[in-house]
Amino acid sequence: MAATEPTPDRQRELIHLVRQDCGSCHGMQLTGGLGLPLTPQTLKDRPFDGLVATVYYGRPGTAMPPWKSIMSEKEAEWIVRQLVAGFPEDVR
Amino acid sequence: MNRLPALLWASLLVLLSACAQQPLRGTGDLGIVIERADGRVAVVDTTARSVLGRIEGLGDLSHASAVFSRDGRYAYIFGRDGGLTKVDILLQRIDKRVMQAGNSIGGAISQDGRLVVAQNYTPGGIKVFDAVTLELLSEVPTQSKVVGLADLPGQRFAYALFDKGEIWVSDLSDPRHPVTQQFPAGVQPYDGLVTPDGRHYMAGLFGEDGIALLDTWKPEAGARKILENYGRGQEKLPVFKMPHLRGWAVAGHQAYLPAIGRHEVLIVDKGTWKETGRIQVKGQPVFVMARPDGRQVWVNFAFPDNGWVQVIDTLKGEVVQTLQPGKAILHMEFTPRGEAVWLSARDDHTVSIYDTQTFARLATLPAKSPSGIFFTSRAARTGF
Repeated sequence: MAATEPTPDRQRELIHLVRQDCGSCHGMQLTGGLGLPLTPQTLKDRPFDGLVATVYYGRPGTAMPPWKSIMSEKEAEWIVRQLVAGFPEDVR
Repeated sequence: MNRLPALLWASLLVLLSACAQQPLRGTGDLGIVIERADGRVAVVDTTARSVLGRIEGLGDLSHASAVFSRDGRYAYIFGRDGGLTKVDILLQRIDKRVMQAGNSIGGAISQDGRLVVAQNYTPGGIKVFDAVTLELLSEVPTQSKVVGLADLPGQRFAYALFDKGEIWVSDLSDPRHPVTQQFPAGVQPYDGLVTPDGRHYMAGLFGEDGIALLDTWKPEAGARKILENYGRGQEKLPVFKMPHLRGWAVAGHQAYLPAIGRHEVLIVDKGTWKETGRIQVKGQPVFVMARPDGRQVWVNFAFPDNGWVQVIDTLKGEVVQTLQPGKAILHMEFTPRGEAVWLSARDDHTVSIYDTQTFARLATLPAKSPSGIFFTSRAARTGF
């Protein structure tokens, strides 16, 4: 069964969130900053579940916050799938 | 035919056309607004409250900051992608541009205006450039991301090392041969600032409750911690955006600083460096900036409270105004003497100008995904 996809509107919001707000630390082009680069190249060898957990629960001891108050776990999974595939451009 | 009249005509024509293109003017009331998604800056006029023009081709400006030459004509813009661009504000064009690192976070200009220094994440360190030519003069590698670079008197620069938990001070009196001192500071410094007199350098700590303080008049005493345990052992909120310690929010003998992971502005006495109070605010502060006269402190906030701006009256010690200037307020900049403040609303694609006395909105200018706003009055200020 296919994973549940966020609605198109929510997808646009999440893309904007990742580019702009995750972008504060990871760069709008996701090439890194205070946070690590989030390009397909840098993520390709990382386990999917670990990446989702990092987004959803954060990484204690680092500057990566938990985003669970902002999104569902399914949405975190959707974001990670997009990051691994090459993240869509922000159209807003 | 006589040559003299022809020459005279020619020079007259040059003079006339120059006048038609560029009327003489100063830059004291000019500035730039970063349009972060488009690698562009808007040149703005704070008297006319207008956009004079735009300069393109500055690369990835998703995190960008600017300093000014001391004649106020050139802005040096440090982009995320390591680009350092010197733009001519009067001619509204790029004067020089170099790619100096893989990933950069900002920069500073020396006391005498001759050196521009970039602070970098990749490769970690600082690089020193000739302010006129942007020729690389020297570098100090740090093996750590560099944050909070600030100019000090005496051709010195202070900065903090996120990964190493140290404050370094480099003396660039001989710009090709930097001399660097290193001081233990604390866990994960995220940004730094210097007081307007250039004496005290502070680095905010992310990994622990507190701020590292170095008296650069007495560096041999080392850095010490102030505001220790301001979180009182309580778990901090998720920090979706690091606060920025640019600018020194000070009124009388009190300084105002953002608390990390808390909806609070901390007040510290700058004689004793002890906490004297804290003010509850709408969200986690990002910028805590004093109006130039110190009577007001303006605060903006991290996602998801970044639609709000609050104003603290420093005499009353309380929030006296709460504004919603637009969606995703990223930055604020006061006009040189503070009668107005400019606010960038990233997701509304506007810059709003407010009267700081009446809080009336004076104008709204269009700008694409605006972030940092920088006025040339920074040219004369230490730490800007």
